[in-house]
Amino acid sequence: MTSSGAEAIVVDDIHKSYGDLRAVDGVSFTVDHGEFFGILGPNGAGKTTALEIMEGLREPDRGSVRLLGIDPFPRKVALLPRIGVQLQASAFFDKLTAREQLETFAALYGVGPARAAEMLELVGLTDKANTREDKLSGGQRQRLSIACALVHDPDVVFLDEPTAALDPQARRNLWDVLRAIRERGKTIVYTTHYLDEAEILCDRVAIMDHGKVLAMDTPAALVRGLDAPARITLERGALTESDAAALPGADDVSADEQSLTITTRTPAPLLTALAERGTLDGLQVRTATLEDVFLHLTGREYRA
Amino acid sequence: MKGPFKSLAIAMAKGFVRDKATLFFAFVFPLMFLVIFGLLFRDIGAEKMKLGAYGDGEVITALERSGVVELERFATAAEGEAKVRDGDLPGLVEATGTTVVLRFAASDQAKAGTVQGLVAGVTQQLNVAASGQPPKYDFRAEQVEDSSLKSIQYLTPGILSWGIAVTAVFGAAITLVNWRRKQVLRRLRLAPIGITPILTSRVVVTIGVAVTQALLFIGVALLPVFGLTLSGTWWLSIPVFLSGVLAFFAIGMLVGAFCKTEEAATGAANIVVLPMAFLSGTFFPIDLAPKWLQTVSQVFPLRHMNDGVTDFLVRGKGAEALLLPCGVLLGFTLVVSFIASRVFTWEES
Ligand SMILES: Nc1ncnc2c1ncn2[C@@H]1O[C@H](COP(=O)(O)OP(=O)(O)OP(=O)(O)O)[C@@H](O)[C@H]1O
Ligand SMILES: [Mg+2]
Repeated sequence: MTSSGAEAIVVDDIHKSYGDLRAVDGVSFTVDHGEFFGILGPNGAGKTTALEIMEGLREPDRGSVRLLGIDPFPRKVALLPRIGVQLQASAFFDKLTAREQLETFAALYGVGPARAAEMLELVGLTDKANTREDKLSGGQRQRLSIACALVHDPDVVFLDEPTAALDPQARRNLWDVLRAIRERGKTIVYTTHYLDEAEILCDRVAIMDHGKVLAMDTPAALVRGLDAPARITLERGALTESDAAALPGADDVSADEQSLTITTRTPAPLLTALAERGTLDGLQVRTATLEDVFLHLTGREYRA
Repeated sequence: MKGPFKSLAIAMAKGFVRDKATLFFAFVFPLMFLVIFGLLFRDIGAEKMKLGAYGDGEVITALERSGVVELERFATAAEGEAKVRDGDLPGLVEATGTTVVLRFAASDQAKAGTVQGLVAGVTQQLNVAASGQPPKYDFRAEQVEDSSLKSIQYLTPGILSWGIAVTAVFGAAITLVNWRRKQVLRRLRLAPIGITPILTSRVVVTIGVAVTQALLFIGVALLPVFGLTLSGTWWLSIPVFLSGVLAFFAIGMLVGAFCKTEEAATGAANIVVLPMAFLSGTFFPIDLAPKWLQTVSQVFPLRHMNDGVTDFLVRGKGAEALLLPCGVLLGFTLVVSFIASRVFTWEES
């Protein structure tokens, strides 16, 4: 695509400390062109710090970054039109409407005002075009902020928690937007607290905690790597515990007041057997998720 | 560079126009002072003397035409004399036929003298005219612009300079702090623009606002109720005015570079501007202040802006008088801008 090689971003052993606090403590990874890369982790994990080092907003204490083949720090003006950034705290001009915000940002990149309408459409804010930024809801501000990051059609997009504060519907709409950007061959790096979302959207995720990357792979590979069993839950009384234990592939059975849970590594034959018996009342299948990966890696429950 | 500059200037101008509180403090608040003080002090130094009149002689007509005194006519001489005796009038002129009698109260010596001189002068003039001879001594009265101006003449430049100073300092400081706090500055760092369009757009908006303020304040002061008269060299006040705007813009930048929150910036801007306003001749002529205070006030840029604008707007000084105020204000701008650029940070931490 460009002279900058196969990787859009190469992060090599970056460190950043604030006093005694190691916000980013030896992080390395590469992001390919056109890849959707997610950085996951709880509050204070160091996601924003790592992202801002990649954007060239902060200087790493140690380590190096190549963004499209260029070291982004100190600020490289030639690089800037090719990257789009949504900061975690949305940055807007005082007292301007949604459209005016977009037009102003567009002009900073030499892009005409026609793009503003397009971007509003993209993030579903057309009917809020003339609403002032401070009169938008949290989720609407969030979407506007993403639109502002995309207004100049950058090659690499950095989004810091774009889906925070969105309602489920808006979150799903935004997923479509993010997928559409990806379809256009853009590289996306984004942070999130939502493990389920990262599983759906990302080609690869890096799970961060305490400034370190604990694991990095495709979501499916991370989950597979856990080798965690599936848990099938039924309504209490649909089946006796001994019947359940006799089902093909059932490794373990437990029961409480309302439900019966069967643990299995081979859910397919077990589900078939259940279907043949006609005992599917209240059936739920839960396979391992990134949450389990996180739990496994850190030994503590994930709290978004 | 035109695109970013223009769009930032428009963004800032809209932010300014849409903020009602800012508009109030930029336009209405100084105007209130101008109107109140303008009306309050309107008659000071311009009050006409009153004089009682009885009869219909030529002297009375001539006195009336002179425009120097305001005549109060009486039907009987006794009635007028009573008023003089009560101290309501400084004197009464009785002009019947060819006799002119001035009755005056001795209680106010100064006024009595003025009234006597005035009536005697007018009477002598008529005598000379009646003799048909050309006067031997040619007498003409020419007005000299003195330093004691009519109040509106010093109020206008004072309130103008002060209003513009406040708006320029606050505008620059609050924009800078707000943009830093709301991460707009960081976001601008991520756009492919230099610092020049950011700075120049803010300067241009500040100047635009200042020009609007100046037109409004001078426009109102020119209304007949206030009666401002501009001197012939009023346009020479423009360079002083612009240098002043730049100086206060630089102060605003310094305040904005130091302060982390809008509240802190408001406080700091007030601390800088308020003492200047009181000691630079905004509300009263600085000549009335003690000598040491006049010297101290020389360190304030507002004093120089005020003096400079007054010199050209109403005193009619020549171009050579530009050097001092413009030099001081521009020098001030350079020094303060330099300090501001040292203190400035793009981010909060
Ligand atoms: N400017 C700063 N000065 C001092 N400490 C900082 C600064 N920025 C971040 N930190 C600290 O560094 C750590 C990592 O912060 P960072 O913002 O990168 O976390 P995060 O993963 O983005 O968290 P969140 O999910 O809450 O956004 C935190 O403990 C934070 O307190
Ligand atoms: Mg963060």
